[in-house]
Amino acid sequence: MMTSPDARGRFGQFGGRFVPETLIPALDQLENEFNQAWSEDAFRREFATLLSEYVGRPTPITEARRISEATGLHVVMKREDLNHTGAHKINNALGQALLARRMGKTRIIAETGAGQHGVATATVCALFGLKCVVYMGEEDCRRQSLNVFRMKLMGAEVVPVSSGTKTLKDALNEAMRDWVTNVRDTHYIIGTAAGPHPYPFMVREFQRVIGDEARSQYLERYGRLPEVGIACVGGGSNAIGFFAAFYGDPDVRLLGVEAGGLGVSSGSHAAPLTAGTPGVLHGSYSYMMQDEAGQVLPTHSMSAGLDYPGVGAEHSHLMASGRATYRAANDDEALDAFRRVAELEGIIPAFESAHAFVPVFDGSLEPGTRVLVNLSGRGDKDMGMAVDLLKL
Amino acid sequence: MSTIQAAFSACHERGEKALVVFVTAGDPDLAELPGILEALEEGGADVIEIGLPFSDPIADGPSIQASSQRALDRGVRPLDALKVLASAKGKVPRIVMGYINTVLQPGLESFADQALAAGVSGSILCDVTPEEAGDWIDVSRNKGLDTVFLAAPTSTDARLDLVVERGRGFIYAVSRTGVTGKGQQTFVEARELVSRLRSRTDLPIAVGFGISKPDDVRAVCEFADGAVVGSLIVDFLAEHWKGGAGREELVAMVRDLKAATKAV
Ligand SMILES: Cc1ncc(COP(=O)(O)O)c(C=O)c1O
Repeated sequence: MMTSPDARGRFGQFGGRFVPETLIPALDQLENEFNQAWSEDAFRREFATLLSEYVGRPTPITEARRISEATGLHVVMKREDLNHTGAHKINNALGQALLARRMGKTRIIAETGAGQHGVATATVCALFGLKCVVYMGEEDCRRQSLNVFRMKLMGAEVVPVSSGTKTLKDALNEAMRDWVTNVRDTHYIIGTAAGPHPYPFMVREFQRVIGDEARSQYLERYGRLPEVGIACVGGGSNAIGFFAAFYGDPDVRLLGVEAGGLGVSSGSHAAPLTAGTPGVLHGSYSYMMQDEAGQVLPTHSMSAGLDYPGVGAEHSHLMASGRATYRAANDDEALDAFRRVAELEGIIPAFESAHAFVPVFDGSLEPGTRVLVNLSGRGDKDMGMAVDLLKL
Repeated sequence: MSTIQAAFSACHERGEKALVVFVTAGDPDLAELPGILEALEEGGADVIEIGLPFSDPIADGPSIQASSQRALDRGVRPLDALKVLASAKGKVPRIVMGYINTVLQPGLESFADQALAAGVSGSILCDVTPEEAGDWIDVSRNKGLDTVFLAAPTSTDARLDLVVERGRGFIYAVSRTGVTGKGQQTFVEARELVSRLRSRTDLPIAVGFGISKPDDVRAVCEFADGAVVGSLIVDFLAEHWKGGAGREELVAMVRDLKAATKAV
C-alpha cells in the first residue's frame, strides 16, 4: 500500500496544495527541509533525544485490566497522556520547531482549539527561545481560559479570533493569513495532520513515534500484535501517527473515531469522514463538512480538539482504500466513556481521547478482541466542563 | 484575444491603464448588484471582479472577509449570484473571483457553463496555483473562459514562468506578502515583481492588494498595466450604497480612481 504522498502531495486523490501563491515557496522550502532533515541521522537523533529527555518518551502501554474485565475485551492503552504538556501534540510541535530553527525562522505561529496544541507550541518556543503567536477562537479562549494562561505564562502571545464561527477553523484561517503576511521570517506549526502538503505527511512522520513505540511494546509484551487499533480523529494527527506503524500489518484493523456531537443525523457534529463529502478546506482536498454550495458548515462537539470540519488527507485515502474504517461517537457516549475510564483505571482521559474508548464500551467489538487504544491526552483541561456535565 | 485582454489593450491605445474593481456578490443585497455594476461602469471601471462569497476566505483581509460573511448571512449562494449577473447589463468584462471549493462542488463543467451563461469572461481562484489548476484550466479553455493566476513577490522565477504560461486574460501581481485589504505601502516589491513578469510575458499585468486611493493607483500605473481596487469599494458599498442613495458618490469615487490611470 502507498505510504507516502506522490510528487503533488496527494494520498490517492486526496491532499495537494490549495493555498495562495505567496505561500508556495515556503511550502517548497518546508518540504525540502523536512525531507533533508528526516534523512539525516543527526536530526533524528536530536529529535529522539528531546523526545526522551524533555517530553518523557517512550510513553508506556498499560493493560486496562478492569476495562477488559468489564467489557470482555482485551484492552491495552498507549499512554500519550503521560507526555510533557499532557498530549501527543508536543511530538509534532517539537519536530516542527526543530525544522523552523534549521530554516532560520525566528517567529512561530500556531492555531489551537482546545489549547493543547497552542500549549505544546508555546512550550517548544520557550525551549528554543522562539517568538510565539497563537491564534485561538474567541469562543475557545473562553472555554479554555486556563490554557490561554499557560501559553501566556510561557511567553506566547494569544490572539483571540473573532471572525467566522470564532472556533478552531477560524483560528486556522487567521494563522494562514498571518503566514501569508509574514512568511519570510515565520514558520506556521499546524497542529494536526491537515493543511497543504507537506503538512499531512510531515505531521504523520513526527507523530509516528506513537505507533512505532506502541507496536514494538505490544509485540514485546504479548508476543503478537493487537487485532484492532483505535484512535480518535479530529484533524487526525494522533490517529495517523498511531496507524502508520501498522500499515504493513493487514491483520491489524484500524478504527478512527470522529466526534458525533449530538448525533450525525442531527447535523450537530464534527464527523467529516462519517458524514461529509470531499472538498477543499485549509489547503487540502479531503473529506469535510460543507453544504451543496461548498460553504463550510458549523460543527459541534463537546471536545474542542475534535471540533473541526475537516480531516487530514491521508485519512480520506485510508477510508477510500478500506485500510482504515471510521465511525462517530456522540457527546453522551464519550462522556460516559470518560467517566468509566476514570472509574475503572484511575486515568482521566481528555474528552478527545474518551471518544476512542466508545467502541470498547458499546459492545460493537467481538468478545475477546485484542484492542490497543491510543489514549492521546489527559483530561485535566476538561475538568471545568466535566464539572458542569457530570453531576457527581 | 480574450475580452479581458482586449479591455487592457483598449486602455493602452487610449494612453491609459486599466482600472479593475472588485465587488462581493450579495453585499449589499444581490438585487442591488446590477445597479452597482452599472455605476462602476459609469465611473470608468475597465474590468470588474465579482467576488463569490466563501465561508473561509484565507487570502482575504478584514474588509472582504466581513463582506463575504455578510453576503453568506443573507443566504447568498454563488450560483444565485451568477444568475443575477446573467441579467445585469453592461459592456465591461467580468471575472469571478473566489475559492476553488465554490467551483468544485457544483462540478467544474457545470460551474463553467453557468459562468458562461452569466456572461463571465474568466476566473481568479485565490487558493489555486497553476499546478493545482489542471482540470479547471482544461475546462476553462474548452469553454473560452480565461484563467487568471496570482503572482507573488515570493514567487521564484520558475513559478513566474508557470504563472504566465498557464495564465490567460491578465496576470494578477500581488503587491505584497499579505492578504487583501487597505494599507499604506510603497509598492517597491510590486514594481520589482512586475518587471520580473514583464520580461516573461506579453499578457497585461495588473497589481492588486492594498490599493485604496487614487495616489496608489497612480503609483502602480507607472509600471503596471492596471490597478485592482477591492476593499475600498467593498467598504464603501457596505456603508454608503444604501439601496442606491450612494450611487453618485460611488460613480465619483470610481471616476477619481480611473483618472489616476491616465496621469502617467
Ligand atoms: C488529547 C487530544 N487528542 C486528540 C486531539 C485531536 O487532534 P488530532 O486528531 O490531530 O489528534 C486533540 C486536539 O486538541 C487533543 O488535545
